[in-house]
Amino acid sequence: MKRIGVFVCHCGINIAGTLDINKIIHRISNYPGVAHAEHYEYMCSDPGQNIVRDTIKDQYLDGIVVAACSPTLHETTFRNAAKDADMNPYMVEIANIREYCSWVHRDRPEDATEKAIRIIRTAVEKVRRNESLYPVKIPVFHKCLVIGAGISGIQAALDVANAGFEVILVEKSPTIGGRMAQLSETFPTLDCSQCILTPKMVEVSRHPKIRLMAYSEVKEVTGSIGNFHVKILKKPTYVDTDKCNLCGECVNVCPIIIPSEFDRGMSMRKAIYMPFPQAVPSTYCLDEANCLGLNPLRCSKCQDVCEPGAINYDMKPEIIEEDVGAIIVATGYDLYHKEALTEYGLGIYEDVIDGLQFERLLSASGPTSGEIHRPSDGEVPKDVVFIQCAGSRDEKHNPYCSKVCCMYTAKHAMLYKHRVPDGQAYIFYIDIRSAGKDYEEFVQRAMEEDRILYLRGKVSKVFKEGEKLVVWGVDTLTGQKVEVLADLVVLATAIVPRAATPEIVNKLKIAADGNGFLKEAHPKLRPVESLTSGIFLAGAAQSPKDIPDAVSQGSGSASKAIGILSQKKLQHDPTITDVEEIACGGCGICISVCPYTALSMDDRRNVVLVNDVLCEGCGTCAAACPSGAAELRNYTNRQVREMICAALSKV
Amino acid sequence: MRIILKGSKVKSKLTEKVEKISGQNIFACYQCGKCSAGCPMIDSMDYMPNQAMKLLQMGAAEEIINSKTMWMCASCHTCSVRCPRDIDLSAVMEALRLIYLRTNVNKVEPSQIPEEELKDLPQIALVCNFRKMTR
Ligand SMILES: Cc1cc2nc3c(=O)[nH]c(=O)nc-3n(C[C@H](O)[C@H](O)[C@H](O)COP(=O)(O)OP(=O)(O)OC[C@H]3O[C@@H](n4cnc5c(N)ncnc54)[C@H](O)[C@@H]3O)c2cc1C
Ligand code: SF4
Ligand code: SF4
Repeated sequence: MKRIGVFVCHCGINIAGTLDINKIIHRISNYPGVAHAEHYEYMCSDPGQNIVRDTIKDQYLDGIVVAACSPTLHETTFRNAAKDADMNPYMVEIANIREYCSWVHRDRPEDATEKAIRIIRTAVEKVRRNESLYPVKIPVFHKCLVIGAGISGIQAALDVANAGFEVILVEKSPTIGGRMAQLSETFPTLDCSQCILTPKMVEVSRHPKIRLMAYSEVKEVTGSIGNFHVKILKKPTYVDTDKCNLCGECVNVCPIIIPSEFDRGMSMRKAIYMPFPQAVPSTYCLDEANCLGLNPLRCSKCQDVCEPGAINYDMKPEIIEEDVGAIIVATGYDLYHKEALTEYGLGIYEDVIDGLQFERLLSASGPTSGEIHRPSDGEVPKDVVFIQCAGSRDEKHNPYCSKVCCMYTAKHAMLYKHRVPDGQAYIFYIDIRSAGKDYEEFVQRAMEEDRILYLRGKVSKVFKEGEKLVVWGVDTLTGQKVEVLADLVVLATAIVPRAATPEIVNKLKIAADGNGFLKEAHPKLRPVESLTSGIFLAGAAQSPKDIPDAVSQGSGSASKAIGILSQKKLQHDPTITDVEEIACGGCGICISVCPYTALSMDDRRNVVLVNDVLCEGCGTCAAACPSGAAELRNYTNRQVREMICAALSKV
Repeated sequence: MRIILKGSKVKSKLTEKVEKISGQNIFACYQCGKCSAGCPMIDSMDYMPNQAMKLLQMGAAEEIINSKTMWMCASCHTCSVRCPRDIDLSAVMEALRLIYLRTNVNKVEPSQIPEEELKDLPQIALVCNFRKMTR
């Protein structure tokens, strides 16, 4: 018979304040198989762990039960202590007599003590039939997949690559850079966005360890940490990058004119185009959806005029398969759709625009070369109203704060005043949130030096009267209703998740939060990890963020990924399923219920096989198996039965 | 009441003048309200000191010049000492009073003061009034 030791922790008064420790020790010492029972004030402390280690050796124990707090807190602590005393860590069980007992039964100490004894007895029964287990070793593919090449994904890719690991960087659009490429100048230092971004874009494209796949999408992801298998769809651009000499003749002849996504509809582009001159990869892309037609060929003007013969209408979509050890998701954000903000005239009046459109107006490479002309008639607007929290912090739209708009609105108003010194900027706000290094000073500067009129109140409506846009607002600080006759209205529309986020979530088997942003494993302590091991989150895809935060999270997720890629083998918890071949009838029910696709049928022998790497030990198969062939290690049917008996039999 | 704003109003002459005379930047005020919170005369004012600042930012000359606030100000300097933006609000109040007085108003007409009241009025108050409030 196994010699089992029981260690009861007082947890200060958390446990001992309610439970009668001496009674527990006395009763449990007499339980069959218990060779030794001991108690201590704080078992997790160093002296407490020493007691555990020394007793295991002195008493020649085969297994131990630590009756203390939740196993999520200190199971690892005591397993490591046991390991130091040459005991297999899987011979350690935690009996949770704090959360399950002392904390919730403070008013009934006697009954609680009885309950604690039962809890400890079940753990003793479990240990009695536990087997020594050894971690499953998993091979690791030393390669990282980064999805999305905005600033956050770019930073993550560079960090992983600079640590010496290969990176596959997948970007949906024809160029990398994301939203940051669309910005004019950036708060709080007002350095030009492109000037600080493009060197990083170029570095990505030249990095020997980075395989950049623009105009591509992840189609399928299988496997798990260390061993993901991904299928990537590379869409045809119909332009051979190696041959294209960037003369741009194709663009000149293309007859199709459509609004430019990059300029947010403030300029036009052709069906064959480059989103912006500094695009990376630096080449043209034929957007098939808007082309007159490739199959059958309806126009072919671009091919006719392309001297180096770079245009190839026969280019086909390709599926590229890769094995990677870790995945970083950095798919970024969108702005709240304009149909939702009709009370502010967005989508109704040409001169009501969103923040990114205003960025394009401010940008030196934008449709107006950085001069402020309003969309309707090209006039220079003299009264410009900025409306913050448009669709944010609003139960009718999005409940959360979009975090960056207070700052970029101050920046917008400031830059507007620099371009149009005799103009007046008005900002309607609820609060000004400028938490960040040098951010508050930036906002003060906007008020003091650029004399921007901040009005505290939410605008109720914007409508047109003659030439002017009438903005109905209020200044709650003076209690005055305010009406501004404006020439241009800029809305700080809410930052929202990309429309395709649910698709990404499904493909990667990660989670989204209530607002649709990617969900982190813990809001404070694990902010860059997803709920699936080996998949990390970066940038505004996880929550609204400014550039410094997006870059930090990019670096954070990279270091997490490097933590996996730098290991020769990963260790996987061995408490997984075993299928007893002789008992398995080959019905396959377990295969259909396994959420991790860890089971498969060996057709030759008609039995189910377990993939040790994929199995997460959830136990679903064990519950479903009609013949009892599938059993979780150290959670066998026999063990569970004995535990139930120990819990229910007379004390 | 409704204030209608367009550029010309915000860049109002009044605000400009107040800034010139007081040497203060009206737009430095971020409306924390600390001035009002400590003002000993607040109960007698129609606009609180911070509201006066906001109206000046808006260029709402009419509202501010017709308000009682600047006259109720005791020039105790509490606001100036406490303002976290280092604005000398007493100087702003003084500037407002000066600007008003320079408009040559005639607010006190001795013949209109009722006998009864005249009896009780201290002489010095009358003299002050004539100096400040009459042409
Ligand atoms: C008007 C405005 C002004 C701003 N001004 C500033 C400023 O001055 N300073 C500042 O610090 N911040 C500013 N910001 C915030 C800044 O834009 C963000 O912090 C930053 O762009 C976030 O970068 P990101 O990489 O997380 O996301 P994004 O820039 O959105 O990049 C995500 C990338 O992923 C790609 N992608 C999306 N889905 C997929 C998919 N399924 N597969 C592959 N690729 C995909 C996208 O095409 C994109 O390239 C501003 C924001 C706005 C709206
Ligand atoms: S950052 Fe500012 S403007 Fe944007 S939602 Fe939050 S409070 Fe409103
Ligand atoms: S204390 Fe200063 S900053 Fe605060 S409201 Fe008064 S004048 Fe403005």
